[in-house]
Amino acid sequence: MKKWIALAALLGVFSMVAAGCGSDEETSSSSAAAPAETEAPAETEAPAETEAPAEESEYKQCAAGETDGDLNFYNWTEYMDPDLITAFQDEFGVTVTEDFYPSNEEMVAKVQQGNSGYDMVVPSDYMVSILIEEELIQPVQEAAVPNKGNVDALFADPPYDPGAVYSSAYQWGTTGIGIDIGVTGPDIPHTWGLLFDADLAEQYGLAGKISLLDDPRETMGAALKYLGYSLNSTSESELAEAEAIIKDAVGRVAAFDSDQYSELVVAGETIVGHGYSGNFLWDFEEGESEYDYFVPDEGGTVWVDNMAVLSDAPHPCTAFAFMNFLLDAENGAQLTNYNWYASPNGAALPYIDQEVLDNPIIYPPDQSKLEYIADTGDFEINFTDALTRARS
Amino acid sequence: MKKLLEKKSSSAGLEQQAVKAKARQGFFVGLPSIIYLLIFFLIPLGYVIAYSFATRSRTGRTELRDWNLDAYVRLGEEVVQAVAWRSLWIAVLTTVICLLLAYPLAFYISTRRPVIRNLLLIGIMIPFWSNFLIRTYAWRVLLSSDGLFTRIVEELGLGEGRILFTQPAVILGLVYGYLPFMVLPLYAAIERIDWSLVEGARDLYASGWKAFRRVVWPLSRPGVIAGSILVFVPSFGAYVTPAILGGNKQSLMGSYIVDQFMDARNGPLGSSLSVLVLGVMLIGTLIYFRQGGRNL
Repeated sequence: MKKWIALAALLGVFSMVAAGCGSDEETSSSSAAAPAETEAPAETEAPAETEAPAEESEYKQCAAGETDGDLNFYNWTEYMDPDLITAFQDEFGVTVTEDFYPSNEEMVAKVQQGNSGYDMVVPSDYMVSILIEEELIQPVQEAAVPNKGNVDALFADPPYDPGAVYSSAYQWGTTGIGIDIGVTGPDIPHTWGLLFDADLAEQYGLAGKISLLDDPRETMGAALKYLGYSLNSTSESELAEAEAIIKDAVGRVAAFDSDQYSELVVAGETIVGHGYSGNFLWDFEEGESEYDYFVPDEGGTVWVDNMAVLSDAPHPCTAFAFMNFLLDAENGAQLTNYNWYASPNGAALPYIDQEVLDNPIIYPPDQSKLEYIADTGDFEINFTDALTRARS
Repeated sequence: MKKLLEKKSSSAGLEQQAVKAKARQGFFVGLPSIIYLLIFFLIPLGYVIAYSFATRSRTGRTELRDWNLDAYVRLGEEVVQAVAWRSLWIAVLTTVICLLLAYPLAFYISTRRPVIRNLLLIGIMIPFWSNFLIRTYAWRVLLSSDGLFTRIVEELGLGEGRILFTQPAVILGLVYGYLPFMVLPLYAAIERIDWSLVEGARDLYASGWKAFRRVVWPLSRPGVIAGSILVFVPSFGAYVTPAILGGNKQSLMGSYIVDQFMDARNGPLGSSLSVLVLGVMLIGTLIYFRQGGRNL
């Protein structure tokens, strides 16, 4: 008897693990297919696997303003105004649970397992196309999201999601250069050369005071742009040139850092940093010196984060109601006034603080040379390897 | 349990059964940790090994089919080799420095009075009271341009004081972090040495150095090997220290594996790299068992 209890307990724990452990540490796989759990998943298999990519016609249809339970929202850190959450809760009588992720890859690792329990996620451009290809997100139901028309024409037909069928832009920004002009003086050339060029480094005393993003796509992309190529180049020779540029610059680079680049500038540990617009802005407010941020004249990355409802969302209607709520003109403006990233919501413009609209860091004046990062499929590996080789 | 015993008593001797029952009891006592290891160690390890033979889909999903050795073939590539050798070099350097610093310290501690000995040991362990990540960030402050370390070095006229984001900073951080793991096993080994053997050696006209080399060193060797492995293994896969103090300027094994999972979304290569790290550590542990472990 006892034996059976023990065995049953063991199996129970086993199956919990089969469902739970995969979600956290594995990058990608459908958990039920993993070979290590041969005996356990009998009970867990069914829910984890079968319902994830259901047929498109079988998505639950929602009406405008309809809710079907509490919302589980999976979002980037420090990206949502808590007051907006409260307002939504009050208006619709549901509870919003918000969890946070620091990178697209981490979010996708969790969602790919199926049954994440999340309703809505906020993937960046290139990740949207991956999620679509993997059938992890469902088409936006226009009937449930009448405010979708508020999205500016610029974001209505993005390359990563033609026709914005599966996603709706949330906020956007750029990747560029943040610099301490208290040290360099305000008359600096707006070029990626500040990061890569030996002469400029000499001229402005930047050697050892430069940080680059620790991100193969962004960092190789900056070098590609500096050379006049597309940052989505899949030419091995162009990538090799970019690698040589970075290899040459490594001696002058203080750090490859994707988390603290703006703090490093403000702390005086670096003078010039490669990073995202909103973060620089946020930290420059507190610094003692004078700072500037710009996208170099050669062009740079523009990124758009997007709201998308998961294919296996337990409460898709609430999710679409929330999407609609955030696409409202005044709510969209409130979001931008809160997090200082640019709003893709055209109707929100009149409600956005003038101070924010006039800020060239948030709304760069010349948007013609900005480029999205696109998923390059198998070529992604080459970007990672190029950066690895360049810095060693 | 009794019933079981009675039933089987006909087939085998009572004594044997008692032994078996004990073994079974031992199994049940050990069951919680067995389950724990199974869930949190063996199953994840199985995942890693399975992934390393899997295929990366175009979208970066790890497809558990079309099993192949591609991820292992890639381990032979120059870029991977460079990362592996660099990591190995840093791990060996860290281990040697730790050994050189820890041996005299362990020797000193183990030859003190018990009270002082315990106080010193507590002193060694105090750093563990706060989180490793926080302590590493503290080093970042100390090593920064106007940090205490930098200022002291420059005041003393030892040249350029700022070593933040350099390889020396990484080594410093690793030695700082892992020194206790070297001191403690060394202490355990040296403390156990029978000093009358040393006296005997001196009586037989061995010089101090010779007595150390022929008596103390061989007897402390299990501690040397245990400590070296405890330092070498985590240094080889170190991730936090190179990222925070080295500015990730050189790819090491730890960060390279993370890059595979989080940037290239290449689960198979990340997994085969992890298996490589496991292999190196396994070899280290085997050396330990063959060289000195059985004497401990």
